[in-house]
Amino acid sequence: MSGNTLPPKERMKIPRQAMPEQEADLRRHTFTEVNQGLTVLGATTEALRCLECAKPVCMTGCPVGVKIRDFVELITAGDYLGAASKIREDNVLPAITGRVCPQETQCEGCCILGKKFEPLGVGYLERFVADYEREQGRIGLPEIAPPTGKRVAIIGSGPAGLSAAGDLVRWGHAVTVFEALHEIGGVLLYGIPEFRLPKEIVRHEVNALGQMGVEFQTNVVVGKTVTIDELMTEDGYDAVLVATGAGLPKFMDIPGEHLSGVYSANEFLTRVNLMHANDFPKYDEPVFDCRGQDIAVIGGGNTAMDAVRTAARLGARTSTLIYRRTEAEMPARVEEVRHAKQEGIDLLTLANPVAFLGDDEGRLTAVRCIRMELGAPDDSGRRSPVPIAGSEFELPVAMAVVALGTGANPLVQSSTPDMATNRKGYIAADPETLRTSKRGVFAAGDIVTGGATVILAMAAGRTAAASIRDYLDTGRWDGEPPSPA
Amino acid sequence: MFPILEAEFLAPEIKRFVIEAPRVARKRRAGQFVIVRLHERGERIPLTIADGDADRGTITLIVQGVGKTTRLMNMLEAGDAVLDLVGPLGEPSDVRNYGTVVVIGGGVGTAIAWPTAKAMKAAGNRVVAIIGARTKELVLLEPELREIADELEIVTDDGSYGRKGVVIDPLCERIMRGNRIDLVLAIGPVRMMQAVAEMTRPSGIRTIVSLNSLMVDGTGMCGGCRVATKEGTRFACVDGPEFDAHIVDFDVLARRNRTYAANEAEALETFRANPNAALEFVRRSCRLDRCHAEGDLAEVSSS
Repeated sequence: MSGNTLPPKERMKIPRQAMPEQEADLRRHTFTEVNQGLTVLGATTEALRCLECAKPVCMTGCPVGVKIRDFVELITAGDYLGAASKIREDNVLPAITGRVCPQETQCEGCCILGKKFEPLGVGYLERFVADYEREQGRIGLPEIAPPTGKRVAIIGSGPAGLSAAGDLVRWGHAVTVFEALHEIGGVLLYGIPEFRLPKEIVRHEVNALGQMGVEFQTNVVVGKTVTIDELMTEDGYDAVLVATGAGLPKFMDIPGEHLSGVYSANEFLTRVNLMHANDFPKYDEPVFDCRGQDIAVIGGGNTAMDAVRTAARLGARTSTLIYRRTEAEMPARVEEVRHAKQEGIDLLTLANPVAFLGDDEGRLTAVRCIRMELGAPDDSGRRSPVPIAGSEFELPVAMAVVALGTGANPLVQSSTPDMATNRKGYIAADPETLRTSKRGVFAAGDIVTGGATVILAMAAGRTAAASIRDYLDTGRWDGEPPSPA
Repeated sequence: MFPILEAEFLAPEIKRFVIEAPRVARKRRAGQFVIVRLHERGERIPLTIADGDADRGTITLIVQGVGKTTRLMNMLEAGDAVLDLVGPLGEPSDVRNYGTVVVIGGGVGTAIAWPTAKAMKAAGNRVVAIIGARTKELVLLEPELREIADELEIVTDDGSYGRKGVVIDPLCERIMRGNRIDLVLAIGPVRMMQAVAEMTRPSGIRTIVSLNSLMVDGTGMCGGCRVATKEGTRFACVDGPEFDAHIVDFDVLARRNRTYAANEAEALETFRANPNAALEFVRRSCRLDRCHAEGDLAEVSSS
């Protein structure tokens, strides 16, 4: 079946193919994608490195269980569309996960080649086949089962909702995805910037789901426009999946947070990514004019990295990332930190804001910070930052973005009183089946776990989809939990 | 896409729209709002739902042309459509039988106060309506308010209609005279609401204001609409838009609302140079939306 005739020793001699990147000094000023993607030659060469393990451990590292060896074999055989449809059996958003997954801790972290050499570029290859099909104007779709007559409503069109929709529609269920915003994609659209994930690619993947039969309805806020009870009793949905994410921004609760120029990362990124404020006045939504200004972003995760790199692209004179631990503790992907540094982002580590300072007009002029040192490890095992008394200093900035994570938005929960939530407002769901306390209602993704990654949300979406299928097939809710499919 | 069934000017720059939005019409309650996006390059703006007809599946919006988007919207006619409309958003007004409710509407705030005034009357309250405008031709919804209000007082800045002055004058008199007031609802410019709050604070009259902060999504995900209150930060889009006037920091609200003044002026200037091009864009955008709905999709290769 494989087109790879190289003996394993030869395969190991091939170096890992590098991802072509846009030059840092050019890309700092544009929103075009930083990573350019492997060429056909690069992808074929990279695919030849796969050892085609009898027991592919890479698969165990993939949260959605993509059949990595099989799709890589299809690449070596030159069947790129076949490779795409093989991936889509388990992952409906390959062009996206190929770009944003932290592969170093997942599939590639498990690759046998990585023990002695560089691991196989699984993410690069996944991205390659998805990009190939898009460039060809074709989509490698998996087979769709005959209609079951059962209807499922999915609330939220982020990664969890979309991956569940892909599975359910493949099994013959009628699926409607409800989205509060005017476009489908959730954080993939409003959160992750164009230079990491072009929106055209999100639209293409959503289009592929549409071709598989998923129906999308935008401008519907479940909890306000319609309730879960109405979806089930009046609109006749047999099951509901809540995949609304964790979109409620956290602020720091320090003085000056209401000054003009202080943003949540959600607001700053939504204005630029979803509303195209970087293209004002061609687009109507404005955003803080960063040109020639000093700006700061507070946080150390991927969202903080996205915000600070966005501000740099909006023309900021200096862009500083303020993080209370050291670079080693940053939750952001290594590649993102490297790209940020190449683009001239300054890292101000072991510092934490204590106040925002402003002028008479209520505009931000500076962030007052305090130096930190690392103390004893906390419950999570990370060393907690401790303020150093008397070490306060001021960083002059005109805009500050707070990227310290998000919480649970209560809109759906508060309109569904018989669905239990936990202390922090997240939906209580059985970890195996993702059933909630309300019959026929499931929950998946960040609204259950709190803020996590795209691929973990997709994995949860798949788990929920399998439980929903089981419930629709058997009608069983009480008693023994359904056995895994 | 949300078709406009009726569009008529109530006053210069103030237009009333009846828009088909069956789900919103069925759910909306007094005090709630929608977010509208006119076209595919448009911004999202909040507009209070002034009225609605669940059977007909329509809502009524009253729009004052102040910047690019509202002026462009006011160029739309029956038969046009807006691209996106989402709601009903925000918490409904807390409508109960309080006794005597004084409803104060300043400018287009009258249109925002109107549905709550109506609901207050229906809940058994004695409703005193005080509405104000710069000049006679800008007085809004007089016949509608006359129908439900037990008392209606009209005030104009220039004295061209009703009494000359500002809307807080009649309120001040009533408080001085010791008239019974159980609740004041004030909706209008920030400084007007602030003045009302200061007037009722000493006597501890419960006072509600509807805050017009800047919004993007309107569902609580960005905090752009955050309001400083004595009880901490609140989001106007999900915790409001109505708040206890005595806990709101109006100075912060006024300053935050000026954040994009330069951008807003620039957008308006560009629009004014060629308003018809913008109108054409709305119309093309809504046609495009129809194409998307019918599906112009790429070739499929199923394996």
